[in-house]
Amino acid sequence: MKKPAHDRIGRRARRTSALFLAPSFLGVSLFFFIPFCVVVYYSLVADPISRRFVGLANFQKLLRNAAFLQAGRNTLLFSGIAVPLAVALSLALAVALDRSIPLKSQLRSFFLSPLVVPAASVVLVWQVIFHRSGALNSLIEALGGTGVDWLKSGFSQLVIVALYLWKNLGYDMVLFMAALAAIPKEPLEAAQIDGASPTVIFFRLKLRYLAPTTFFVTIMSLVNSFKAFREIYLLTGDYPFETLYMLQHFMNNTFRALDYQKLSAAAVVMFLAITAVIGLLFWLEGRLGKDLEQ
Amino acid sequence: MRRRIGLALLTVWLTAFAALFLLPTVLTVTNSFMSTEEISAGYGVVYASAPGSGSGYMAQQVHLKFIPDMVSLRQYAAILLESPEYLLKFWNSVILAVPIVAGQVTVAALAAYGFTVYRGRGRELLFFSYIILMLMPYQVTLVPNYLVAKFLGMLDTRRAVVLPGIFTPFSVFLLTKTMRRIPKEIREAASLDGAGPWRIFTRVYLPQCRSALYSVVILVFIDNWNMVEQVLVLLTDADEQPLSVFLSQINAGEIGLAFAAAAVYMIPPVLLFLHGEGYLVEGIADQGSLKG
Repeated sequence: MKKPAHDRIGRRARRTSALFLAPSFLGVSLFFFIPFCVVVYYSLVADPISRRFVGLANFQKLLRNAAFLQAGRNTLLFSGIAVPLAVALSLALAVALDRSIPLKSQLRSFFLSPLVVPAASVVLVWQVIFHRSGALNSLIEALGGTGVDWLKSGFSQLVIVALYLWKNLGYDMVLFMAALAAIPKEPLEAAQIDGASPTVIFFRLKLRYLAPTTFFVTIMSLVNSFKAFREIYLLTGDYPFETLYMLQHFMNNTFRALDYQKLSAAAVVMFLAITAVIGLLFWLEGRLGKDLEQ
Repeated sequence: MRRRIGLALLTVWLTAFAALFLLPTVLTVTNSFMSTEEISAGYGVVYASAPGSGSGYMAQQVHLKFIPDMVSLRQYAAILLESPEYLLKFWNSVILAVPIVAGQVTVAALAAYGFTVYRGRGRELLFFSYIILMLMPYQVTLVPNYLVAKFLGMLDTRRAVVLPGIFTPFSVFLLTKTMRRIPKEIREAASLDGAGPWRIFTRVYLPQCRSALYSVVILVFIDNWNMVEQVLVLLTDADEQPLSVFLSQINAGEIGLAFAAAAVYMIPPVLLFLHGEGYLVEGIADQGSLKG
């Protein structure tokens, strides 16, 4: 007698759930899921009109395209430098602010503030600072050094990494601060009584509790690293110095040429690459997080 | 004693570092109160397209200045009264960002409740695909967006940017995490009292999610107030482009105006931030991990 009633409640919950999900599901399907299937299809045919199936030919062509390879290398290099730096520095900031420091909440606000400042607003200041005859070079030359053209040389990636860190450290730091505050006190106190030094406690205990957050911060930093294109574009336009030529530039140029096959193949390759990286991070988190959840 | 000194040093160091974070924003604001002459004397060399193109004195090197020689509201008067293009682009930003925020938060709150009341295998799979989609950069999602916009004949209209923006699943993720943390018993008790799902959603769940809702509003607004990628691909008509793209196309004659426009452009997100920083911090902290 009990089971049918339970079933009915389950069915009702299911219907409610479907109704509430419907607008989002329809929109996401229409604007993302279905057209993405079309993108996959386009990446496998010769052109949208003849629809001749060509297998992986579009991908082979793409992977021989010098501009795509250049953009891919630059983007990979940028994210490879920026993301680990963001994770390490924001963790360091969070640990520093975790202590009883005066003006703690003001400091937190200062670090978080770049998040809300539009890239387009501060781009004027960046130009004034990093220009060939800009403020940074004035300072360097005043100190007896020689200036470099920050945005048009091998240093340009470093500049963008700095801008990225400026914008994103606060957000990552808040995530770490919340995680630090949520670590249970008992194991830490026990370790202290046993005479463990703060360094040992940090690396042996705290870091383990921080593993899920570190994983999340890494993923969000990676996602946000692709948005560094905004600063690059606003600072240097459509045709930046070669080390700043990112995948988004490549896509913009391909959109202009309306080369559907190239666009689709590039979108599919990036989708697979990002999914693979995220999958790897998920797997790593699963392995590291296991010994905590007994 | 050594501990105290260490802490003092750390404080000094952190304050200096924090000042560095505030510096560009402060510079933008103080420079917006400088006269055109002062700006072009200080920074003209950066913006001069050809040598000697500016009028009047121009330094060979940039001199960064925090305090204007004389506070001038001239630039503000110019962008607010004389050059309507700035206000027009500002308005373009508003009518792109506001519908996206309103739409995305509404659709997402509904969806989050849907993901909370029933958690079958299909729902979890869908939620997971939302997460994957949320993590995809514009480089990937703009291609499907472009195809749909072209198919529906709305390329180069605002709808091409606004509609995909509304269905971007970022808010769904954050709100679902928050709603799933509300004890199930509350829902069951309300249900026994005869409340229907819509009533439970509006009277119980939404009030409980207030800080998550506010932080989603801020985060989505900031991101879209700052939009660049979508505009370059989906809205190439210069008249309809937002200030976020237009500000970078300023020419040498107008740098003074640009600082004032940049300062005005900061106002809406900064006000939202000052008003709801606590909620924002709480909302970011609630994201925690990717698990639902």
